[in-house]
Amino acid sequence: MSTETLEAPVVETVKMNGLQAINAALSEAMEADPKVLVLGEDIADNEGGGVCGVTRGLSTKFGTSRVRSTPISEQAIMGAAIGVAMAGYKPVAEIMLMNFTTVAMDMIVNHAAKLRFMSGGQSQVPLVIRTMTGGGNQTAGQHADFYEAWFAHTAGIKVVIPWTPGDMKGLYLSAIQDPDPVIIIESVKTLFVPMDTPVNQGPIPLGKANVVVPGSDLTIVSYGQMMFTVMQAVEELTAAGVSVEVVDLRTISPWDKETVLASAEKTGRLLVVHEAGRNFGPGAEIAATAQEVLFGKLKAPVGRLGAPYCAVPFAKKLEDAYLVQPPEIVAEVKRLMAI
Amino acid sequence: MSETPTNRAIPDAATQVDIYRRMIRIERNDDLTRQQIRRGRITAPYYSARGQECIPSAISVLLNNDDKICTIYRGIHDMVAKDMPLRPLWAEICGRVDGTCKGKGGPMHLTHPETGVMVTTGIVGSSMPIANGFGWAALLDGTKQVTVAYFGDGASNIGAFHEALNLASVWKLPVIFVCQNNGFAEHTRYENGTSVDFIAKRAAGYGMPGYTVDGNDPLDVYAHAHAAIERARAGEGPTLLECKTFRFMGHVFGDNDAYMTKEEKAAAIEADPLPRFRQKLIDDGVASAEELDALTARIEAEVNDAIDYAMACEFPSDDELRRDVFAEEIPA
Repeated sequence: MSTETLEAPVVETVKMNGLQAINAALSEAMEADPKVLVLGEDIADNEGGGVCGVTRGLSTKFGTSRVRSTPISEQAIMGAAIGVAMAGYKPVAEIMLMNFTTVAMDMIVNHAAKLRFMSGGQSQVPLVIRTMTGGGNQTAGQHADFYEAWFAHTAGIKVVIPWTPGDMKGLYLSAIQDPDPVIIIESVKTLFVPMDTPVNQGPIPLGKANVVVPGSDLTIVSYGQMMFTVMQAVEELTAAGVSVEVVDLRTISPWDKETVLASAEKTGRLLVVHEAGRNFGPGAEIAATAQEVLFGKLKAPVGRLGAPYCAVPFAKKLEDAYLVQPPEIVAEVKRLMAI
Repeated sequence: MSETPTNRAIPDAATQVDIYRRMIRIERNDDLTRQQIRRGRITAPYYSARGQECIPSAISVLLNNDDKICTIYRGIHDMVAKDMPLRPLWAEICGRVDGTCKGKGGPMHLTHPETGVMVTTGIVGSSMPIANGFGWAALLDGTKQVTVAYFGDGASNIGAFHEALNLASVWKLPVIFVCQNNGFAEHTRYENGTSVDFIAKRAAGYGMPGYTVDGNDPLDVYAHAHAAIERARAGEGPTLLECKTFRFMGHVFGDNDAYMTKEEKAAAIEADPLPRFRQKLIDDGVASAEELDALTARIEAEVNDAIDYAMACEFPSDDELRRDVFAEEIPA
């Protein structure tokens, strides 16, 4: 609902979690476009509408020929999605957890991502892969990894990691209509945390970062559920008098260099924080690009925080140590600020 | 294995000649490809299908232009049988911009949607899961289109085969899984890598009919493919056809065939299905030797024209590295 002041229009919001936001995006997309399909394990209502209920109600509304539960066969899921996409449909294929994408890597990397190029543009694979992941639930080494760097390293597939439910909805609406394959990595925490979400959230373009908090001393770039941790740290830093600019990257590949580098140039300091492993993680790419473009303009080396070089551990104590926590971010910011 | 279908379909005279035409088109194309490689005029990995001509030829006469195939790196014979035009095919093999994939795919990734050549994969087993997607689209579209997934005997041991056949059966997809069993998975003899004596037996595990077919007999391939395609078009689901054959030229061009005996190779070449079928057509009065010779000459001219055309085409510009990664060109 807009007001008649000169300020930015007030957007009417509603409390919504990620599950509801994705459900709304899929439902709207299927309603608007009969070519949109959904497939994956347990996704139809007969099987419970998805392991977390994201797709609940869709098969009842749109029928089981458009909303198809599949066997636990990730290669078969991705293969079917690729073929049907090449035949003119827009499938949203759920690979329940990010670690399970490893079973379908041949289909995703060798086929979905490359068929347009290898066919000289004759083949189009407009599919969306939905997958969720994230630490904090003691699911240990095979259910919680962030593997976005693998996909960002593969030419031909776009990689999206939304933080807020509103961004989830907006980015899904864009991804479904994108002519190329997109993998959307859903953070488990966002799925269950209700947040203020614009009513009638429309499409949000892929490849555009969001400056969530403006600031002047240092830029933090993050994305996905790590944004919750970053925001906690920023609260503390703000109280301590440090002005942090927070950029939610939202799309990992292709990433919004313009926004990130403009912010880093403005503040003179850059810290990248992600849940994925620090070694060879997206932070390395961002840091390398920042030093290429901003060498001499930065007041401190680019900082990177990410997971240590080990599998996601089970014990709560270890899991807490594995995940970047607010005090580490605060300490790293202070180190970069030399305070 | 399932019982051989009753009411075996028999191709009429014109269809038999059409099968032979496709076989000769494959053989001439293959022979001249190897000649061009030997002369150093093209540089490409080449997986000859010489000896396997029968299988896609007898199947393709039953397919419409909009029926689809998904094939593999040893699959140029499948495309030639599907009547893919030879000029863009050759330009692609030669890495030219006028190739069907602008020189960006090469012989292992030839694609030509106009003739239904949808995917050519260099990954063993990967033609099958994607073929299912085209099958699903045909169901959604309510057409009678079918998709043929071609693969080799080695591919029946990879996970994709099992996942794909299971899903196709559960969803009753109009897909025909055609295994061209040439007895060797790369260099490994069939029995050293495969747990069953007949791959067709595996169909039972996925609740679909499976037949072992004489892949060197066009009429046997035709009859089984006819039944499988009719079943798919009727909405009754997929079929597995195991077509037994032999590859005369080894795994890849330059292969020394050290893993097979000279005797078995000689015996296979002795039983070459191509001259056998030619003789049968003549003996049955379906076509005269002169007619078949004229057909061969026409096809040889078509292949030579394609080679000349391809060699005269330009190589792709380096800008192509930024194109077709995504729909939108990547800025320089």
